[in-house]
Amino acid sequence: MNSSTLLSGALSGALSGDLPRSRVLAAMLIAIFVGLALAPFLFPGTRSLDVAAKVCVFILLVASYDLLLGYTGIVSFAHTMFFGIGGYGIAIAMSRLDPDWPSIAIGTVCAVAASLLLSFVVGLFSLRVKAIFFAMITLAVASFFGILASQLSTITGGEDGITFKVPEIMRPAYRLIEEPLAGTVVGGKVLTYYFIFVGATLLFLMLLRVVNSPFGRVLLAIRENDFRAEALGYRTVIYRTIANCLGAAVATMAGVFYALWLRYTGPNTTLDFSIMVDILLMVVIGGMGTMYGAVIGATLFVIAQNYLQDAMKAVSDAAASASLPLLPALFHPDRWLLWLGVLFVLSVYYFPFGVVGKLRVMAWNRR
Amino acid sequence: MTATGPTPAAVATTEAGDRRPEARLPEARLDKIPLLLVPVLALLALPLTGSASTWVTLTVAGLAMGMMIFMMASGLTLVFGLMDVMNFAHAAFISVGAYVAASVLLRFSGWMQEDNFLLNMAAVIPAVLAAMLVTGILGWFFERVIIMPVYGQHLKQILITMGGLIVAEQLIVVIWGPDMIPLAKPETLRGSYLLGEVAIEKYRVLAVVAGLLVFGAMFVVLNRTRIGLLIRAGVEDGEMVESLGYRIRRLFIAVFVAGAALAGLGGAMWGMYQESVSVAIGGQMMVLIFIVIIIGGLGSVGGCFVGALLVGLLANYVGYLAPKIALGSNILLMVAILLWRPQGLYPVAKK
Repeated sequence: MNSSTLLSGALSGALSGDLPRSRVLAAMLIAIFVGLALAPFLFPGTRSLDVAAKVCVFILLVASYDLLLGYTGIVSFAHTMFFGIGGYGIAIAMSRLDPDWPSIAIGTVCAVAASLLLSFVVGLFSLRVKAIFFAMITLAVASFFGILASQLSTITGGEDGITFKVPEIMRPAYRLIEEPLAGTVVGGKVLTYYFIFVGATLLFLMLLRVVNSPFGRVLLAIRENDFRAEALGYRTVIYRTIANCLGAAVATMAGVFYALWLRYTGPNTTLDFSIMVDILLMVVIGGMGTMYGAVIGATLFVIAQNYLQDAMKAVSDAAASASLPLLPALFHPDRWLLWLGVLFVLSVYYFPFGVVGKLRVMAWNRR
Repeated sequence: MTATGPTPAAVATTEAGDRRPEARLPEARLDKIPLLLVPVLALLALPLTGSASTWVTLTVAGLAMGMMIFMMASGLTLVFGLMDVMNFAHAAFISVGAYVAASVLLRFSGWMQEDNFLLNMAAVIPAVLAAMLVTGILGWFFERVIIMPVYGQHLKQILITMGGLIVAEQLIVVIWGPDMIPLAKPETLRGSYLLGEVAIEKYRVLAVVAGLLVFGAMFVVLNRTRIGLLIRAGVEDGEMVESLGYRIRRLFIAVFVAGAALAGLGGAMWGMYQESVSVAIGGQMMVLIFIVIIIGGLGSVGGCFVGALLVGLLANYVGYLAPKIALGSNILLMVAILLWRPQGLYPVAKK
């Protein structure tokens, strides 16, 4: 056995045998992975590191949502709630206790436990019935949670949220090496980034393992035809509830990472309904039921969110200077969601499996 | 499969098996218990609020809010009952209705400020009609373009209507701008009627009257006309109606358009009630609307009416007694009712 087969075997094992199955897709994934792994050195600067951290967090968040939407076929609008529970768990633990590692552990464990319990109750309550019922119930529960978070200001800080301190090693002022490495200061921010990057990668690989396990196959069966899955002897309610709890737990972890990065948790960064809409857009545009779709979707979306607006501003200004009607308003930088919404509707119709599905079909046809 | 967790299809077969040999009478027995909930809730609140005059004010406010929610929710529940389509973009119709009404009313702002009921109405009625017309057309467009390709696919419906909602909300911002539009009530509908110590806002009375008119009209259309008969039959067993030679698709478009227009009406009235219109107006109502139609039983207009009144009343009582949990109280109401009747107050018998 030579080293290249060993390497490909190890890679295939890490990806749970679910390879990209498209050269273009593989190239994109490698580019994203390398880009994120070396982000502090390839793209120096605060803003680009912010973008990279957000990409990592959202890849994880969207992948956990894909487990529900793409693999199990259930639509939940409470995913931001679990994201928020993670953020608030960390924020409350860090602001009440000492800002050190044990508090991070306590906050994380408590948040994950709360998410598991809540998702279990909501799931038992409403997963027995139709998908639409679950969607509406989760929407109501999530909005209730949002109200609670903004009303119970003694615990959650209300609309202002909670700003908290992080352990010494994660603070921006901390220096791992005094001298800049390849032009980048290796400080607390970079260390926090790698903490998030490694955590998100491991959890993503775990999700990939889950969806490619026998358990994941049952979820796919439920998505395709729940009646038949039940007839084959699988208790669909139990499988759905487990998937729901698992998705909630991973979303909570994403919330933990995001809070640690921002050193802040508030309703606007975690619980806002627009974040739920963002997640939906990412998972559908990237590709439902593919896991890699989460990577592509989250990366494209977050980059578009941060850089597309600049391009739109240019178009808007050009249209305004040419004094065209309505176009300046349509291309106003704040209207970027309009175009993503259109893209979303089109992709549900024409590319139901998103960018990843399309690339795989193209690769299949070329064979 | 166990008895505790049957799928919809399984329910359908057992129900069909039970019912057909019986040959039930066409007139179904009216289930009165949910109807009693509304007065029971109101009476329960009486000792809690303390004074009778506060209670009357709150009750009227609750009824008015309930009526407006009913207008917005009725179309959604009927569309779901008839075609199994859940339209998450219903919120967009509400917002558009409110915005169109606001634009028309701003044109007639002179008439709105006159202290003359007829002149006021001459401004309000065209505004409301314009709102209904525009949302009706929007509903028709929406049904044709957005929803028609995804019939029978729940997952895609939810996604596609969410996408439609995003696009519609953004287009509203493109057309009307991102800022909140202040919207004054007509002069003669400002202030309150004073009956002794009891103060009743005039606009709330109008809202209750309008809501009752809408409910009455819907009741008559659904129960006393041929179209209503077909709609009710379609809710129960669409395939059968189709095989009898009726074009259920056309019927459905009509219901969808009417539902959108009613949402526009509700949005216009809600905008005037709030005295301002913003993009968020539809989204804010959407959660309440979902709660209402879940409480009422998906597809049931009567249940939607009772649910809307319960939600409106509870929101006002709790808003007065314990403002912090006002919006949460409706979730608790929903949970309580679902524990009692898992399919809602009036479960709709599906084929």
